[in-house]
Amino acid sequence: MTNSGHHVGLFVTCLVDLLRPQTGFAAADLIENSGCRVSVPAQSCCGQPAYNSGDRSKARALAKNVIAQFEGLDYVVAPSGSCAAMIKAHYPQLLAHDPGWPQRAQTLADKTFELSQFLVDIMKVEPDTADLHEDEKDKHPFSHKKFTYHDACSGLRELGIRAQPRKMLAQYADIVVEEMSNSEICCGFGGIFCIKYPEISTRLADNKISGIEKTGADVLIGGDLGCLIHLAGRLKRCAKPVRVYHFAELLLNRKPAAGVAE
Amino acid sequence: MEVRSREFRSASKTALLNDDLRAALGRAEGGFVNTRKNSVAKLKNFAAYRSYGEQVKDHTLKHLGYYLCRFERKVIEQGGRVHWAKNGEEANNIILDICARANAKKIIKGKSMVSEEAATNKSLEQQGYEVVETDLGEYIIQLAKESPSHIIAPAVHKSRQDVTELFHRHHAKLGYAGKVTRHEDIVNQAREILRDHFCRADVGITGANFLVADTGSAVIVTNEGNGDLTATLPTVHIVIASLEKVIPDMVSLGGFLRLLGRSATGQIMSVYTSVFSGPKRAIDVDGPEEFHVLLLDNGRSNLLNSRYQEILRCIRCGACLNHCPVYTSIGGHAYGWVYPGPMGSVLTPILAGRKNAMDLPNACTLNGRCETVCPVKIPLPELLRQHRSDLVDSGYTSWMSKLGLRIWFSLAKRPGLYRKITGMLISMLAVCARIKSSTGLPKGRFGRLPLAQPWTMTRDFPAPARTTFQNLWQVRQKSGAKNK
Repeated sequence: MTNSGHHVGLFVTCLVDLLRPQTGFAAADLIENSGCRVSVPAQSCCGQPAYNSGDRSKARALAKNVIAQFEGLDYVVAPSGSCAAMIKAHYPQLLAHDPGWPQRAQTLADKTFELSQFLVDIMKVEPDTADLHEDEKDKHPFSHKKFTYHDACSGLRELGIRAQPRKMLAQYADIVVEEMSNSEICCGFGGIFCIKYPEISTRLADNKISGIEKTGADVLIGGDLGCLIHLAGRLKRCAKPVRVYHFAELLLNRKPAAGVAE
Repeated sequence: MEVRSREFRSASKTALLNDDLRAALGRAEGGFVNTRKNSVAKLKNFAAYRSYGEQVKDHTLKHLGYYLCRFERKVIEQGGRVHWAKNGEEANNIILDICARANAKKIIKGKSMVSEEAATNKSLEQQGYEVVETDLGEYIIQLAKESPSHIIAPAVHKSRQDVTELFHRHHAKLGYAGKVTRHEDIVNQAREILRDHFCRADVGITGANFLVADTGSAVIVTNEGNGDLTATLPTVHIVIASLEKVIPDMVSLGGFLRLLGRSATGQIMSVYTSVFSGPKRAIDVDGPEEFHVLLLDNGRSNLLNSRYQEILRCIRCGACLNHCPVYTSIGGHAYGWVYPGPMGSVLTPILAGRKNAMDLPNACTLNGRCETVCPVKIPLPELLRQHRSDLVDSGYTSWMSKLGLRIWFSLAKRPGLYRKITGMLISMLAVCARIKSSTGLPKGRFGRLPLAQPWTMTRDFPAPARTTFQNLWQVRQKSGAKNK
């Protein structure tokens, strides 16, 4: 692996921080293995819950925090399309009328990427140039399993993420995704939506789960922990055996820990 | 129409429990989504048409006064009349006046969502007129005394069995003894009954998909031909349309027709595209003696130059409804007013009052699929987010969500403190999870948690790790175990 010298700030996202550190460590290791240095500046939340609840003044305050903490770094990378899109697609607009901030917001937006986007589109990792694994090549611990992929909406529609995680899963983990017919339809998480309208949210999860089951997949992979804890929580409640992982955890060729909510 | 959007929560829960509704919506969703996709894929520059539609609508809205006056002048030149109504009540009074002067008894109607807004049927029936809807879907829900649940497929929530029973109940007294169960028999029975109404009606009311300023024409698209009969057989034709339906000319109409059919039903064109430009002329054999166009504002002009102006680009194709996971789960009635789904959740708070419809902008996951299929590129998620912001600014939020947001914010704005406090809470939760799993309960998740009932009533909650990522990362940095 070559050292690119890029200094990357890992915006780990509040859900990974609080509920699934192994996703954060996997993301950090992947970025390091692609040839960058990783820092984790003090952080809480990108402000999306406030923004999507209509409380723009709170969202602005949190956005300014994130900008101040991360703007000195070369790149900001988040293992979530939703949080990356908040910074990339919404900060500039959110701070458009705050004197002194529009340029800073735009500069940060320009260097912020979702994890798979960063690795594939920016670092252009390929198995023959970047070995993301730290140990000798081993058989993937999940061989002989069937996998399907859920495209989280913000990443898909605001950042155009679809091919990148699939490409890396195929190249680095020999995982070929069995596509479900509803991979691009919302799972019903929707941030605060899932607790404001739990019945509708659950119906959307059930629709998604029926799509997952039709593929016969044993493992559901995704790139946003919000969707994944919602779907894993529903799968477990319905006593379904499908296991749930963030894609980052499957790329390192180390034995993955228990799946989400296991 | 009465606004019942305040009941969204209970109405949506009831709808989710209705298996017949679920089956009906499932069939419709699959049909609309796939047919749209196929027909859009076949038009090479569909993306360019979308941009064209967006630009023409923006241009027309910018010069709305000019185009409306041009439209009015043309209609008058052709012997028609234009009426301007501020709200539904004014619109209905104008219609009542026209009907009274025509000594009308029977009034037939083509499909019109604007007349639903004004509750025109109710107003006419209260004055003793017989009103018959002639669009099959509208006819079905008129018999069932319901309102449309979809803007282009008003009876989409009804199953074929529902219609069989409904027709039997209402048509038996007209001499139709047996039950009709096959699609074509259902359609034929409605056709026979409606034929008689068409021939004996005094006034026909239609909506308009577009008003063409250049030629003073009202354009409607239908698949049943009922619009043509409604417009041409009675001696009086009234077009009821909202202000933003106006477009500049026939060239732009061509662009919009390409967008509308494909976005709505996946058709290249509807079966009928009818252009009405004034009453019967001396050289015409058929046609109405009187041609009236009623332009309804109903709050729309307030949207010009506002943050919500883009919703006035809407051409009512229904694609956003068909692609909305919430709409396709709960159906249209739960939204509580005329327009459901994404476009309805933007319009209802504006036209029917924000405090009457506080749930609608919030009952959306902001997944953005609607925006990707909108033929005129309305940024629906952004407009819904704008509503949420305006709701907060006008104080229309519950104390619970205000308090929750405030506590979370006071922590989140201080990342150092946030790390310490969340670290403690997460460690405590992790201990609880370990104790719980030592009693033999499933590992790795909670079935119940204090204050988390909205989550845990249908979903397990994942147990956290020992502590937070940020704490673990600090430990790892200090130990230098991972310093490469």
